[in-house]
Amino acid sequence: MYNYETVFILTPVLSEPQMKEAVEKFKTVLTDNGATIENEEMWGMRKLAYPIQKKSTGFYAFLEFAGEPTIVSKLETAYRRDEKVIRFLTFRQDKYAHEYALKRRSLKKNAPKVEEAPAEEAAAEAPQAEVNEVTNE
Amino acid sequence: MQGGNITMAQAQSEIRYLTPLSVDTKKKKYCRFKRSGIKYIDYKDPDFLKKFLNEQGKILPRRITGTSLKFQRRVARAIKRARHLALLPYVTDLMK
Repeated sequence: MYNYETVFILTPVLSEPQMKEAVEKFKTVLTDNGATIENEEMWGMRKLAYPIQKKSTGFYAFLEFAGEPTIVSKLETAYRRDEKVIRFLTFRQDKYAHEYALKRRSLKKNAPKVEEAPAEEAAAEAPQAEVNEVTNE
Repeated sequence: MQGGNITMAQAQSEIRYLTPLSVDTKKKKYCRFKRSGIKYIDYKDPDFLKKFLNEQGKILPRRITGTSLKFQRRVARAIKRARHLALLPYVTDLMK
């Protein structure tokens, strides 16, 4: 069992429930293949630094999970088959990344209002928290 | 004539030598990650990674930032991940 993290960008043309559905779909892909989801974050709508498929914004979703290495290829095939996903990144966390992820999660827990807040606010707050985290270290 | 010139030059060099000319006080560069004990560089934080990019969005060399080789590799990896996820641009003008 290794720890992985994955980020994917969904097209901005989807409605709110469609996005939730897409995220749920990938979560079930993970859980069906024996992974446990450790953390999930919706970064919400964000401006892309450069256009992807002629779109200048995207809906970012972030998942952390633990599972066997074979799961990654399964997840990525699911991404490739789904045309709602315009970009994705999956990688295994090394020990430093995992430590950092645990710390980040505990910080998130201490500020629970981020979860409840609307997507735009959460996206605005999340990078702020990270900046503080890095500089304080 | 010649002897006079030499003494002049010597006098000038002596003057230059005696004045504490601190034009290029070399400040020692250091690796900020080693100093502050950061072990993992997060790709999710584009504002922090921008410190390691130039105006065109290229990764700055180690000789300018002073980052150690180990962390330069990690910075580069984080930047490349951020670029892939469109958190940072691959090419741009006037980033700052």
